[in-house]
Amino acid sequence: MYQDVILDHYKNPHGRGLREGDAEVHHVNPTCGDEITLRVRYDGERIEDVSYEGQGCSISQASASVLNELLVGKELSEARRIQETFLELMQSKGQLEPDDSMEDLLEDAVAFAGVSKYPARVKCALLSWMAWKDATAQALGTAADSAKEKTA
Amino acid sequence: MTQLPGLLDTEAIRKDFPVLDRQVHDGRKLVYLDNAATSQKPTQVLDALADYYEKHNANVHRGVHVLAEEATALYEGARDKVAAFINAPSRDEVIFTKNASESLNLVANMLGWADEPYRVERDTEIVITEMEHHSNIVPWQLLSQRTGAKLKWFGLTDEGRLDLAGIEELITERTKVVALTLVSNIMGTFNPVEDIVRRAQEVGALVVVDASQAAPHMPLDVQALQADFVAFTGHKMCGPTGIGVLWGRQELLNDLPPFLGGGEMIETVTMHSSTYAPAPHKFEAGTPPIAQAVGLGAAVDYLTSIGMERIQQHEHALTEYAVRRLKDIPDLRIIGPTTAEDRGATISFTLGDIHPHDVGQVLDEQGIAVRVGHHCARPVCLRYGIPATTRASFYLYSTPAEVDALADGLEHVRNFFA
Repeated sequence: MYQDVILDHYKNPHGRGLREGDAEVHHVNPTCGDEITLRVRYDGERIEDVSYEGQGCSISQASASVLNELLVGKELSEARRIQETFLELMQSKGQLEPDDSMEDLLEDAVAFAGVSKYPARVKCALLSWMAWKDATAQALGTAADSAKEKTA
Repeated sequence: MTQLPGLLDTEAIRKDFPVLDRQVHDGRKLVYLDNAATSQKPTQVLDALADYYEKHNANVHRGVHVLAEEATALYEGARDKVAAFINAPSRDEVIFTKNASESLNLVANMLGWADEPYRVERDTEIVITEMEHHSNIVPWQLLSQRTGAKLKWFGLTDEGRLDLAGIEELITERTKVVALTLVSNIMGTFNPVEDIVRRAQEVGALVVVDASQAAPHMPLDVQALQADFVAFTGHKMCGPTGIGVLWGRQELLNDLPPFLGGGEMIETVTMHSSTYAPAPHKFEAGTPPIAQAVGLGAAVDYLTSIGMERIQQHEHALTEYAVRRLKDIPDLRIIGPTTAEDRGATISFTLGDIHPHDVGQVLDEQGIAVRVGHHCARPVCLRYGIPATTRASFYLYSTPAEVDALADGLEHVRNFFA
C-alpha cells in the first residue's frame, strides 16, 4: 500500500500552500479526521493552479500532492478524464490492474492502486479529488451538477 | 521471555481462544491489542452458544413445552450469573439490553418521561464529563434538546483525569442526573465515582455509571459503587455481541416508566391501555437476545473461574510494562495518565506527527491490531488538541511479548515514515 511514490509525495508535497483562487472548499473525511482546504484558479477552461492546505494521513496528503502535479496546466476536459479514471481505480477494490493507457493518464496516481484494497482508506485517497471537483463546480458555476453525484 | 509479578498463566488461557492462534498477512502472528473495542471469545462461550441452539432453542417465558422451559431456565440463569457477578442485591435489578448504548438510552429516555422527583425537564440540569464515550454523551444531548434541561460537563486535567475542582458548582440542587464512565475507553483513566456519588446524593441527583470498560477488567460491585444505574456490554467481556446489561436500583425500576413497548413487558393489555410487568421484564420488550444472554452467562462463568482480581493484577502488571516500553520510544506522547496508577490497560498515544491511520496500517502489516481514530470520544481529542490517537488495549490473554511486539512495531513505523 505504501509505495515509495506515495511516501515521496507525502514527505515532499507539490504545490502545497494556499494561493489566490476562483473558489475555495473545505472537505473532511470523518472516519480519519483528514481535512483539506483547496482552491482552484482557472484561465477559461485551463487549470492555472490548484493550491491546498491540509492535515491528515499520508494517503490523503500524498494524494493532494499528486493531484496538484497532474492537473495544473491541464484543460478541464482532460482533468475530468483523469479524475474519473482515478475514481474508477480507487473504487475497484483491488480488482483492476492498471494497463498502459491508464498508467500514461494517471502517472504517479497509479501508485494508489493498492489503496483500493483497503475500504477504510479509499476515502483518504479521494478526499482532495472530491474537493477539486467541488471547487471546480463552484468556480465555473456548475455546482448543481456535481452536488447530485456521490463521492464514494 | 519477560516475567512480571502478577501475570496470569497466559499460555493456558490462550488455548481457550482459538482466534489468537491466527496468522495474518502471509504468516504473521496475530497480536490482538484492540480489546477495548471488543474482546475475543473463549471456546467455553462459543460452545455455550452452539449448545443452546443445538439442544434448547425456543422462545422464552411463554411455551409450556420442554424446550421453552429449558430456554427460559438458561436465559434466567444467565441473569442470576450476571447479578452475582456485579453483586446486585436482587436478580430483578438486572435488565438485558442489546448493548451499553441501549442501556444508557433507556435510562435517558425514562428520565425524560418520568414523574417527579426524577423527571428531567426545563430548569433542571444534566451533568456528564468530557471523557465520555459518545454513547454516554449523545443520549444526554438528545434528552437536553427534547426537554430544555441544561447539559453541563466535568472538564479534564492535563494529566487525563477528571477535574473535580468545580464539583459543587457543577452538581447543584437543579441537577437531576450525573452520568460518567468508570474507566475511560480512550485514556484508561479510573474515575473517582465515590466523590461524585457523594455530591450527587447531597443534592438528590441520580448517578448513572458507564462500566463498559470496567466490567471486563476488574471486580464490579454495584452496591459498593452506590450509583443508581450501571450499564455495560457483553462483547467486551468475552461474551457475544448483541447483549448488554443495565443494572438499576429496584425502587427506581418500579417507579420509572417503560422504554420500549411490546410483548413480554406487559401484565394485561386491552385496547384502551396496558399495565406493565414488574422489572426486569418491564424493560425487556419483545423476544430478548436469548442465546446471547446464555453466552454472556458462560463468559461470566469463565471470567469468574479465573478471578476478576487476578485479571486486574495481570492487566496492571502489563500496563506498567507497556508504559515503560512506550516511554522509551522517541516522539511518543501518551494521551492520559502516564503511569500505571489508577488506570486500566488501555493506552492511547500519538507518535510524532505521523497520522494514527498510518501508524495503525503499518502495525497491521506486522500483524498487530490496534484501534486508530477518535475512539467515539472526540471531545477528548479536542481537549488535547489532536485529531486522533493510536490505542493499544490489553486483556487477560495479553502477554509481555505482545507489548514488545507493539514497541518494536512502533519503532518500525517511525523508521518507515522518517
